[in-house]
Amino acid sequence: MSLICGEGDREEFLAKVVVVTSGKGGVGKTTTSAAFAAGLALRGHKTVVIDFDVGLRNLDLIMGCERRVVFDFINVINGDANLNQALIRDKRNDNLYIFPTSQTRDKDALKREGVERVLDELKQQFDYIVCDSPAGIEHGAITALYFADSAVIVTNPEVSSVRDSDRIIGILSSRSRRAERNDPPVEIQLLLTRYDPGRVARGEMLTVEDVGEILSIPLLGVIPESESVLRASNTGTPIVFDEESAAGRAYLDAVARFLGEQREMRFVEPERRGFFRLLFGRA
Amino acid sequence: MMRLLNFLFPARTTSASIAKERLKIVLAHERAGSKAPDFLPKLQKELIDVVGRYVEIRDDMIRVNLGQAGGTSMLEINIEIEGAKAKNPPPIGGLAAASSPAGGSRNHGSRPKRR
Repeated sequence: MSLICGEGDREEFLAKVVVVTSGKGGVGKTTTSAAFAAGLALRGHKTVVIDFDVGLRNLDLIMGCERRVVFDFINVINGDANLNQALIRDKRNDNLYIFPTSQTRDKDALKREGVERVLDELKQQFDYIVCDSPAGIEHGAITALYFADSAVIVTNPEVSSVRDSDRIIGILSSRSRRAERNDPPVEIQLLLTRYDPGRVARGEMLTVEDVGEILSIPLLGVIPESESVLRASNTGTPIVFDEESAAGRAYLDAVARFLGEQREMRFVEPERRGFFRLLFGRA
Repeated sequence: MMRLLNFLFPARTTSASIAKERLKIVLAHERAGSKAPDFLPKLQKELIDVVGRYVEIRDDMIRVNLGQAGGTSMLEINIEIEGAKAKNPPPIGGLAAASSPAGGSRNHGSRPKRR
């Protein structure tokens, strides 16, 4: 198999498996996976983002490569295609690859041994392997988190999302491979998405401090609610490629923190408005 | 005008603070539940046996919970004996061997039972 390894320093760097998970659906896992992988690629890291949501493939749409899918994750697991036939290289960034999943309705197509084999092969070529988990706590979600070294918990400032995040954090610390082997635990970090600082200021939404206190895991970032996210998904562009977008910049900050940089939290205060508008104005 | 009123007389409890309190309570409960040691049912059973030697009680009159109070774990045991009739305690050493009228299945205190 003609893989693109062989760059001497690859063996020094241990590839990292990052799972993006949440328990609850619709909180922004796929948006986050796409943004996070693209952000890592923009920082010069060779990155692949894998769709673990077998049967409900959507990462390809968010990444804008839906018409280029030929082979998928399940084909590679079953040996019907090799890795390089299935990987899609992003047209905007050479460091970024997309690994789409299958539309099969066979729920058990994701075999743990097969996934492990494919991840081991990916680790030879990539610095970061970002796993976009399906919602729920069933087979697909468990498989997505099982091999993780790091986890990004995507949470909305809303009761059901926080509760489900708590549940998935419990599963990560008891049922991941690292937990089973008594290895150093999965590095779990919180990404609070769809945050509306205005509503927080009015006491209508949990604050970032509230959620951090309840879940008691380190905060990776806060992504403000933003119209640009829907625009980005409409066009199949990871949000970090939109330099105007506050959400895109917040994701880039989160990626920088993930890589060990110190960055101040932005977009957590409401935009300043005049005194008059505060009293009488409507947004 | 509502905005002015809200601004001048802010409501004491916001919906966000209610959300936070509700979450704290439900998660404390769920975390305790998922981490409950599996000796709890057996402990409950044996407590029923011991207390049952002295007063007549039903199984549901003893509740054993592992809870959280502040930063500390708390084993909470509630024994309801209101209206329970006192029995003559069995002779020391007799224990389960002594035939207890209320007995039935309760007498075998140390049955290994694990989930």
